Amino acid sequence: MDNYEATRSAIEAVWRIESPRLIAGLARITGDVGAAEELAQDALVIALEQWPVRGVPDGPGAWLMATAKHRAIDLVRRRARYDQKLQEAGRDMEAQAQAFGEPSADAIDDHIGDDLLRLIFIACHPVLSAEARAALTLRLIGGLTTHEIARAFLATEPAIAQRIVRAKRTLADRKVPFEIPAPGELAGRLDSVLEVIYLIFNEGYSATSGDDWTRPELCAEAMRLGRLLAGLMPRQIEVHGLVALMELQASRIGARTGPGGEPILLADQDRLRWDRLLIRRGLTALEQAEQIDAPPGRYAVQAEIAACHARARSVETTDWERIAALYVVLGHLAPSPVVELNRAVATGMAYGPEAGLELADSLAGQPALAGYVQLPAVRGYLLARAGRRAEARMEFTRAAGLTANARERAMFRARAAECEEP
Amino acid sequence: MRYMMLLSGTSPSTPPPPELFEAIMKLGGEATQAGVLLDTAGLLPSASGARVSLAGGKLTVTDGPFTESKELISYALYDVRSREDAVEWASRFVRLHRDLWPGWEGQTDILQVMGPQDVG
Repeated sequence: MDNYEATRSAIEAVWRIESPRLIAGLARITGDVGAAEELAQDALVIALEQWPVRGVPDGPGAWLMATAKHRAIDLVRRRARYDQKLQEAGRDMEAQAQAFGEPSADAIDDHIGDDLLRLIFIACHPVLSAEARAALTLRLIGGLTTHEIARAFLATEPAIAQRIVRAKRTLADRKVPFEIPAPGELAGRLDSVLEVIYLIFNEGYSATSGDDWTRPELCAEAMRLGRLLAGLMPRQIEVHGLVALMELQASRIGARTGPGGEPILLADQDRLRWDRLLIRRGLTALEQAEQIDAPPGRYAVQAEIAACHARARSVETTDWERIAALYVVLGHLAPSPVVELNRAVATGMAYGPEAGLELADSLAGQPALAGYVQLPAVRGYLLARAGRRAEARMEFTRAAGLTANARERAMFRARAAECEEP
Repeated sequence: MRYMMLLSGTSPSTPPPPELFEAIMKLGGEATQAGVLLDTAGLLPSASGARVSLAGGKLTVTDGPFTESKELISYALYDVRSREDAVEWASRFVRLHRDLWPGWEGQTDILQVMGPQDVG
């Protein structure tokens, strides 16, 4: 790498680290997320021109902020010249900009937590579709390029670019304010944020399409977002619950895939390959959740379930009765046939396969589960445990026919073949 | 991607100034807040440690200090998107030493931790 290239890489690293704070600070000055992002990009372009020649400044983050802020104030002034109404707003914004202080790191730090939180809430605003929220969140808070987001979601770059442009336009058209939601609407808005982070995580954890079973880098992205949010909202039980859930689930990533890329289910995983650091972090996050005097929600309860697995040395010594009970709680908090199906598995493990099958069979008519891969997969698993191998084979074959994931299909076929063995 | 960062160096005769500790705590707080710092701790001088080595089929246990190498001072485990990001965080850390503890010299070695994708 020559010197220019090295500087360029260094600038991009500074950008990834600083861009969310930069955009957040600028959005408060301009009141417009789209404009804030453009101003931040402008500052990046200037840095890319100047730093390779003059060297990287000592406080690169503060430099970017100072540069972008001057341009933001210019923009606000220019806008103010055109329209009386805008002028009033402009003065207001300018006053805000001045209150923001000169580019000293401390002045930025004083506001940065709130600004970041506002940015997260606006990127995850319910006026946007879940897909648009995910793309915008990865872009504005994750600091990912459009190209990286497209790769993560197996979409084309123009499609993601358009999704982001539309999302920013929607926020501007609907005049969504850059603010932390009022206490009355906080719970609902926070749900929307947590949903997006978990959606990103799951897209990496159980890739719904494509040839790879997992995309760990996307999980890592979601986990960084979750940890960031936990630092900003330390008193929200569900934020810690979600962080715990992600850390605990991610601890199994290395054990979930075989040497050929094939999926390995929980029961067959080599637990020595589970990531002890992530388990420890997950259990710590769960403890933090438990210390908050509020009822646990769906994420904290799912984290409790994941913790039961993390604490167990084997499938046999897993506290399945507790897991089955937790699924009952989860079924009340977030009723869904999928939760009931998981409860069927836990019940089968705790009280025998026939008990699990009884529950699974009661779900067979659910329209929401029609075409759902896991229904025949779970039935196959329970039937195999009950020694009903011919029926199990049919279920695994059915599951193989339903999945869109190539790795998963191969696994179900192998399971079906096992049922034919003497 | 995970990176292990190992700080080693030679301390000047002056004690480390309290401002350095404050600045390190602040930077660590920022990295934790950003969700990238997974674990970190300081290391006691190697005089408190020991070395188990194997040479010519023979195991040897040697008490510290390990005089031939620079003292390891701390470790940090980061989870970042690229090596450049790791370099930037490490640069910030080393810069604090330059700015707040005149005479200190040392280095941070950045090593990528093997992940599931590297096991094959």
